[in-house]
Amino acid sequence: MTTLTASQPGTTGSAGGVQRGIASRVLDKVGGGLVQVILIVLALFWLLPTLGLLVVSLRGDTDNNSSGWWTFFTKPAQLTFDNYSNLLASGFTSSFWNTVAITVPATILVIGIAAMAGYAFAWIEFPGRDGLFLVVIALLVVPIQIALIPIAKMYGFLGIFGSIPGVVLFHVAFGLPFAIFLLRNFFVGIPKELLEAARMDGAAEWKIFATVVFPLAKPAVASLGIFQFLWVWNDLLVALVYADTDAQPMTKALQSQMRQFGTNVDILAPGAFLSLIIPLVLFFSFQRYFVQGLLAGSVK
Amino acid sequence: MTDRLDGPQTSRGDDDDVVARGGSPGPDATHETSETTETAARKAAAFGSSGNLGPSPKVAIYFLLPAFILLGAWVVYPIVYSIIRSLYDANGGTFVGLENYGAIFSDSGTLTTIRNNLIWVVVAPSLVTVLGLIFAVLTERIRWATAFKLVVFMPMAVSLLASGVIFRLVYEQDPDKGLANAVITSVHDVFAASSGYPGARPRENDQAPALVDKGAVVTRQPVQAGQQVLIPLVGMKPEALPSDAAAARSAPATPGGLSGTVWLDFTPGGGTVNQMDGNEKGLPEITVEAVSGGAVKATTTTAADGTFHFAGLPAGTYQVRLPQSNFTQPFGGVTWLGPALITPAIIGAFIWVWAGFAMVLIAAGLSAIPRDALEAARIDGATEWQVFRRITIPLLSPVLLVVLVTMIINTLKVFDLVFVIAPGSVQPNANVIALEMWRVSFGGGGNQGLGSALAIFLLVLVLPFMAINIRRFRREQA
Repeated sequence: MTTLTASQPGTTGSAGGVQRGIASRVLDKVGGGLVQVILIVLALFWLLPTLGLLVVSLRGDTDNNSSGWWTFFTKPAQLTFDNYSNLLASGFTSSFWNTVAITVPATILVIGIAAMAGYAFAWIEFPGRDGLFLVVIALLVVPIQIALIPIAKMYGFLGIFGSIPGVVLFHVAFGLPFAIFLLRNFFVGIPKELLEAARMDGAAEWKIFATVVFPLAKPAVASLGIFQFLWVWNDLLVALVYADTDAQPMTKALQSQMRQFGTNVDILAPGAFLSLIIPLVLFFSFQRYFVQGLLAGSVK
Repeated sequence: MTDRLDGPQTSRGDDDDVVARGGSPGPDATHETSETTETAARKAAAFGSSGNLGPSPKVAIYFLLPAFILLGAWVVYPIVYSIIRSLYDANGGTFVGLENYGAIFSDSGTLTTIRNNLIWVVVAPSLVTVLGLIFAVLTERIRWATAFKLVVFMPMAVSLLASGVIFRLVYEQDPDKGLANAVITSVHDVFAASSGYPGARPRENDQAPALVDKGAVVTRQPVQAGQQVLIPLVGMKPEALPSDAAAARSAPATPGGLSGTVWLDFTPGGGTVNQMDGNEKGLPEITVEAVSGGAVKATTTTAADGTFHFAGLPAGTYQVRLPQSNFTQPFGGVTWLGPALITPAIIGAFIWVWAGFAMVLIAAGLSAIPRDALEAARIDGATEWQVFRRITIPLLSPVLLVVLVTMIINTLKVFDLVFVIAPGSVQPNANVIALEMWRVSFGGGGNQGLGSALAIFLLVLVLPFMAINIRRFRREQA
């Protein structure tokens, strides 16, 4: 088959395949079919657990205790929104709004503060710049456990222990190394002519940052935004330590129900599903914009 | 369209993902030629050094101040504080030197956490990387690759708490509730359907020709070769019989052989006890043993009509026995959330969460491999496997390393999944360092000295990867 390949050049397909002999093409078909089957099975492995959560959240307690969620395929009548209405009536909504109140400012603050720092690292020369940036890179992997005890002390001193601002500031601080790293690398790739022209015109540095560089950074800001949003929205540990009951996000509210998992499925399943709808919607809708930005060669 | 997930991955946005990003093939590397990457880098470097137009260095302070206040107070200061705090006792009043660190390595509870973390670090990252590689390679040539990637990638957007709830449901013990056991028991039943007569037993009276002995059904009277054996059983519904069960009939006696019938001796609304009435069905696929002197001399299984036949048994008296395995309760599935399997079970959930991350990163690396190199090797007569092994893998190795290192850091810090999936009673068996740190300091342990020491221990464990990140970055900038 290799001789055939050699005699028919220039027929490369997008998959990198080259025109080959009949035998190998038949083998490809069979192998291809096998690959499809394997991938379908694998896709089911990844899909069914989440589908299970959704269906369990839509079934009554009695049904969940007596039969598997997959019986809904044959008996769809068992599905009901009762769990959701009970959950929403029980005050779960306040933890939803706490999640929003933590996530939105934590995301915006990280973008703003990191963009400024990233700009300085990329476009302003100052002594020790490279060394400081290495420190930022070093901080990327610092486990948040290291800060749990000291920051709890500090929050006690500042009087913000248990409150939403405390949780937000913690997320901002630990989101910064990644954010600065990402944005600095993006800013570095912006053509210097743009900046030089602006500087020649005598524009103030903050104005160049705000009107020239930051608007160009939309793709990077979008990807950073979605990382940070997901990270904060999905966090459990920080909330567990720093958010008291009034300030607790959904993750912590649900975690407190885990001890009696068996009897609390009617709370946990719909709660977990509600908590993942917004991340999923954002994730899938940002996907396009996000990857377009990447394909434009913007993020370095 | 297929490129939608081919860019540098999105991810949970956890700060450690950056490790991957630090050395990941950015879009420049993946979607442009290496030449333009170099030009861009040179351009950037050139600008950095030609600062005659730039603002005064003092301006940098204003841009950096907010970030540095936060990083200083929330990240750097706590490191120093924790180091000092770890040298004091639970209340912080007494200096104890390295006692807390000694406690980590002498207490059996914390040693378990270290052992578990070791299992995590050894098993999970390599599995995730290998799986990501397989997925990336398999999806290269299918039309619905994007759909597959989205499905596998989706758990990355889901909180680990929700993933934990999802897998608590998957791992439910009852096969009628837990998906994992439902699948396993049905697969098991396909291969071992024959052993299923739970509840079947002889009648409990002196006229019954068989009785229960240690879980097995044995003949009451010793039998001899040439004799016919009747083993009537009750205790199960006729509907529960396998579909191939035929009407029971008496087995033809053969000289020197031993034969007989096992059947369901029950006719609704009548029938003669201990006799094969017309409608009564034999029990197929029952294991039958001929026992003599306490030892099994021969084994056979019943036919569709319940008959069995031992040929060529040595003369003597035998007891016919239907071993307990015929009557065991159906396989109830695996105890995923018990002490023995809890860590593998949670690692399974971890792989479910992270395989998409590995797949997308590796797929981006794959698409960056120049086609010419592969084609040239194929033209030279290399098999697909050789091409994969000798060209694709070496070219991918930087990406594979990035994935592996990211996963190692993730497994060192693993917390949520263990906390959520392991039921309270099993949590000591599944415990990991990050969870123990929280438990000791905030979750009722009340020992912030030990908690600080555990946090520092965790930091020390990730230090090598910090060094790797820095070195990689400097090399890229050079």
